[in-house]
Amino acid sequence: MGSDVFTLVEHVGGTVDDSTHELLGKARELATATGGRSVACLLHSGARAGADGLAADVVLSVEHPALEHFLPEAYVKALAALVADHEPRVVLVANSTVGMDVAGGLSARTGNGLVAYCNAITLEGDTLVAISQVFGGKLNAEVAVEGPAICSVVSGSFAPATGGSPDIQDVTASGIDNLTTTFLARIEPEASDVDITAEDILVSVGRGIGGADNIEFAQELADALGGVVSGSRPVTDAGWLSKTRQVGKSGQKVKPKLYIACGISGAPEHLEGMSDAELIIAINSDANAPIFDVAHFGTTEDVLDVLPALTEQIEAAVA
Amino acid sequence: MQIIVPMQQTVDLVEELELNDDGTGVEREYLKFVANEWDEQALEEALLLKEAAGGSVTVVGIDETDVDGTLFSALAKGADRAVKLTGDFENGISSHQRAAILAAWLGTQEFDLVMVGVQSPEDLDGQTGVILANLLDTAHVSVAIGVEPHEGGVKVRQEFGGGTVHELALSGRAVVGVQAATAAPRYVSISRVRAAMQDSPLETLPAADVDAPTGTTVRRLYAPESSSHAEMLEGDADAVAARILEIVRERGIVKELS
Ligand SMILES: Cc1cc2nc3c(=O)[nH]c(=O)nc-3n(C[C@H](O)[C@H](O)[C@H](O)COP(=O)(O)OP(=O)(O)OC[C@H]3O[C@@H](n4cnc5c(N)ncnc54)[C@H](O)[C@@H]3O)c2cc1C
Repeated sequence: MGSDVFTLVEHVGGTVDDSTHELLGKARELATATGGRSVACLLHSGARAGADGLAADVVLSVEHPALEHFLPEAYVKALAALVADHEPRVVLVANSTVGMDVAGGLSARTGNGLVAYCNAITLEGDTLVAISQVFGGKLNAEVAVEGPAICSVVSGSFAPATGGSPDIQDVTASGIDNLTTTFLARIEPEASDVDITAEDILVSVGRGIGGADNIEFAQELADALGGVVSGSRPVTDAGWLSKTRQVGKSGQKVKPKLYIACGISGAPEHLEGMSDAELIIAINSDANAPIFDVAHFGTTEDVLDVLPALTEQIEAAVA
Repeated sequence: MQIIVPMQQTVDLVEELELNDDGTGVEREYLKFVANEWDEQALEEALLLKEAAGGSVTVVGIDETDVDGTLFSALAKGADRAVKLTGDFENGISSHQRAAILAAWLGTQEFDLVMVGVQSPEDLDGQTGVILANLLDTAHVSVAIGVEPHEGGVKVRQEFGGGTVHELALSGRAVVGVQAATAAPRYVSISRVRAAMQDSPLETLPAADVDAPTGTTVRRLYAPESSSHAEMLEGDADAVAARILEIVRERGIVKELS
């Protein structure tokens, strides 16, 4: 096992994702502790410029036509080859679609220990200690890895590092000439009927609202407050609200003045999209729901009682 | 198309999660277990794919608390076969172990596609599907939000942050980690589940004895110590509403109220 710290660069055509800069911030710190180098792995086709300015000591640039877009099969094999050759102490990937599709495969192929959903990583001598958010954010696990480690990191966990002049080294891709996955198309999300990222007040509903018919209670409150209704993923997946109103990792990141979370548990993927709201009020019957850790005010009263009561009082106050 | 859907039992997150004596896991004996919600999405998408392309859906569960109910419910929804892999799994199963058990069993099966939930609330050593794919040396796609027949294989819609989607074609055997089915999982009545229990027994065989180290050790589990827990508002719904109104008014967030 070596002492380098690897980071998988997430990018689209050389435009690097913010999450990568966060990982590089942590990688630099870890590399200082291990006495190794911070090494960024850029898998691409014709996007070597993505390496410029990364805050790493070295960028390994792997160029291959199969790496033009994110292809899970190609990424795992190419990264596993780099890891086998260089034996890094740690590999950092984002807990994104790309990271989820790579980390487990890398662990299976290399035998290196994987800690998923990390939000903190430290070194205690030779032992890597990571905190993993499990059980929908209700519990943290403190996990120790003695050998080479892979960590998939929740967005927003580390301060970003930018600005560097890394030594860019070209590496030949191996093992990705015959793939059974083909890229067909990239589809950008549809334009939205409402831009929830531009709203000051969001009344946001989760599965705890109980059904499509109950959305109207949230709508009435939003109308009284002059805001709009947004929701968690299960609510948009179920078709109770349009997809454009989804808050979170795979939806929109919002920062309203007021966010009222109604029957939302506060899973890490949801918090990613709203924890920066200025004022968060959570209504959730489970006193242990993680949403209360980011909310400023909370209540465990039934959401179907609080919503109409609040609407009524606000309407009365405005009238 | 022969589709396999592994189904995992996971603790019901609505419950209060008690820790075991040494604090390294949850106390499984007293907790309520439910089917992993993402596996339910995978099952739905598999049934839709079977309806579109023909073939069969086999669900496979490892012997975890109340897995029988989950498997019978899958049969009632339209799965053709249900297999239970038995063994002693009272202390929980890591994703690496789960993937290795499934890989060993799949080695004895004919199949084209494995569809599994993209994650589970307990997979701290990574997601089962991706590990499984790499043990089988097949292609995989995680965070799938739609799978349809395409030129003898399948076309998968893979979702990225912010809602961007890639369409990928898979031409050989593959594992797909499903985030959300194209339609909400179908409902099945208790009476149909009961009928399934009578009509179609579970195929039961021992899980393979696998050696699948995770390379990691859980030192402890703990509730996140938040530096800023919400201030809880006391009283009934009306009292709570009155306090919220006050807070919103104080902050001048709604002009008409200030
Ligand atoms: C790759 C990936 C991306 C994801 N992206 C997103 C995303 O963008 N956005 C997102 O939200 N999720 C996302 N998720 C899903 C996320 O993991 C959670 O499953 C989801 O956020 C849970 O939604 P919820 O809080 O509405 O439902 P639940 O977790 O089921 O919570 C419902 C809550 O309602 C409470 N409740 C029930 N009844 C009442 C009542 N009568 N009164 C008051 N409270 C009540 C319960 O106590 C519970 O806490 C993603 C998952 C994955 C794997």
